[in-house]
Amino acid sequence: MKRKIRVLVAKPGLDGHDRGAKTVAAALRDHGMEVVYTGLHKTPAMIAEVASQEDVDVVGLSILSGAHMSLFPRVRAELQARGLGEVLLVGGGIIPQEDMAALEGEGFARLFGPGTPTTEIAEWIQGEMERKWQREEAQEGSRS
Amino acid sequence: MTLSHDRERTDDRTRLASGAEPDAAARWRAAYDAAKRRDAEFTTVSGAPLQPLYGPGDVDLDPERDLGYPGQFPFTRGVHANMYRGRLWTMRQFAGFGTARQTNERFKFLLDHGQTGLSVAFDFPTLMGYDSDDDMSVGEVGQVGVAISSLADMETLMDGIPMDRVSTSMTINGPAPILLAFYIACGENQGVDPAQLRGTVQNDILKEYQAQHAWLVPADPALRMITDVMGYCARRVPQWNTISISGYHIREAGSTAAQELAFTLANGFEYVERGIAAGMDVDEFAPRLSFFFDSHIDFFEEICKFRAARRIWARRLRDRYGAKNPKSWMIRFHTQTAGVSLTAQQPENNIVRTAYEALAAVLGGTQSLHTNSMDETLSLPTEKAVKIALRTQQIVAEETEVAHVVDPLAGSYFVEAQTKRLEDEAERYFAEIEKRGGVVPSIEAGYIQREIHNSAVAYQAAVERRSKKVVGVNCYVEGDEGPTIDLHRIDPAVEQEQHRRLAELREKRDDAAVRRELDAVRAACRDGSNLLERFVAAAHAYCTLGEIAGVLREEFGEYVEPMIL
Repeated sequence: MKRKIRVLVAKPGLDGHDRGAKTVAAALRDHGMEVVYTGLHKTPAMIAEVASQEDVDVVGLSILSGAHMSLFPRVRAELQARGLGEVLLVGGGIIPQEDMAALEGEGFARLFGPGTPTTEIAEWIQGEMERKWQREEAQEGSRS
Repeated sequence: MTLSHDRERTDDRTRLASGAEPDAAARWRAAYDAAKRRDAEFTTVSGAPLQPLYGPGDVDLDPERDLGYPGQFPFTRGVHANMYRGRLWTMRQFAGFGTARQTNERFKFLLDHGQTGLSVAFDFPTLMGYDSDDDMSVGEVGQVGVAISSLADMETLMDGIPMDRVSTSMTINGPAPILLAFYIACGENQGVDPAQLRGTVQNDILKEYQAQHAWLVPADPALRMITDVMGYCARRVPQWNTISISGYHIREAGSTAAQELAFTLANGFEYVERGIAAGMDVDEFAPRLSFFFDSHIDFFEEICKFRAARRIWARRLRDRYGAKNPKSWMIRFHTQTAGVSLTAQQPENNIVRTAYEALAAVLGGTQSLHTNSMDETLSLPTEKAVKIALRTQQIVAEETEVAHVVDPLAGSYFVEAQTKRLEDEAERYFAEIEKRGGVVPSIEAGYIQREIHNSAVAYQAAVERRSKKVVGVNCYVEGDEGPTIDLHRIDPAVEQEQHRRLAELREKRDDAAVRRELDAVRAACRDGSNLLERFVAAAHAYCTLGEIAGVLREEFGEYVEPMIL
């Protein structure tokens, strides 16, 4: 059976705009992924804790308040502190392009801006995870 | 509606085939059916089906009963007899960012450029009742609005602005009574009697649970604080609008026009019922209730929504709640153009979208208007973008000549049919909410949030299958264009500056007075006496927002959202 991708959609910070996060979460679920949504107003530590408990493959963060440059890297640090540095980390929201580029240089696999079709996000994650799992299988194959 | 028309179409065809002399309507129908149709979904932006043509048979309208005259029941045509011939709408641009000092400068800039009222945007820590130096506030200080942690910040915000001469709107909800207390205390320190203060505090907690999500305590204590504000202001701050019942956030969260109308008015009814239950006369507080709607991109649907809102409210207030004062029957509302209609792609196009939305708001009879800036899908607006947005309203007001005639679209078959359609849809939601035990149980069960979420998902799907078009996003796409405009960025030093100001405040103030006033707040939480009165006293003692809200959290608990997905 094909392995299901497990995704945590999370809202760090105090920003209450969850339309995007919930629309993307619903789309990823419709795409066949298992989706956990944190709800609003979560600290980076709370998000990493849920990611750890739920054993997710992907963490998707959404911020529309402008706090992304301070909160996104904190979430990444909290994930690393729990040994989850390999999780595929993505994000979206009202994020200027230069900030997207900066975050993509700091361990975020990809940032999605306003207007991105949800199917594009789902297919991109699907592709990334399949390639990642193939690499892992190949590594295990070469070890055995 | 679509179904009945398909049937009608078949009838027409049958009649034509039998050789009967077609009348004009049938001839039109036949010509319409025979003509080419472009590949499009003929629905409103909310997904409501639209006929190609509206005529007398599509409107069930008694002009005396359903329209009346402007300034008269049921106010469908507007709340004033003369509308914009007397005074144009208030041009009120929402602003706030960084420190109180920076926002104070932006306010003065806007007033210098012809703006006629102030509108304060707060940052998320303030909206959630946290001080700038709270652990929860990291990264958020000054980002989406101004950070106000105490009376001292409010004094800086209003420095040099005569508080007896401006009207100020404050967009805050969970901790709204505390921020209003800061404003009242600030006025008193400027030598302005609270009776002279004019403005609005949003103070609409129900839509926070439904859509905007900046809450503090659970619904029952939150609603009690709202009735405390209504009671206190009726006595002490009589020119203040104690609540701005807001559809804006419901719509921006993804609702349809009908849902925005229905949930907003249902919330309004809930506040009225709470006020009556608290022992107030409906005519004592209802005239100070104000409203706030979205003006979305569907031009006619929006105009009809505004007209329907006035009619529904007037009838309910008079016929169900027994209000006798015509001012209680009137919906006065602020409008903001739709942030969600703007695109990050080709951002200059947003100027055009905003202009259409502004025009709809004016044709719908708004009392005040905020026009969004073209760069708001990328960051907070720059000064240049804000100025263009303000000029957009000024062009509507001064050049288009649309403000000379009251409710100019009344009597249009289409406009009257849509107004009625929206009214009927809203009435169905009122019945559904009532069946579920009212607004609060409908929120607690997640019903309203789920309705909004489903509409958001349906709209996104329509955009992705291109049955709803968005220029620059799913048609007329220009490829991977970066932002072509300058962005407004908040200096991270703002957070440090706020920490420094708060440390200084905590050092300077009278600790005994702070403790005494916080204890008094706690006592009022328990004995049911008016909390706003206690908040004003606490503000004067320079208790911080976080300290006062902290007492409320301890006494009332924190709101926990039901998970909807």
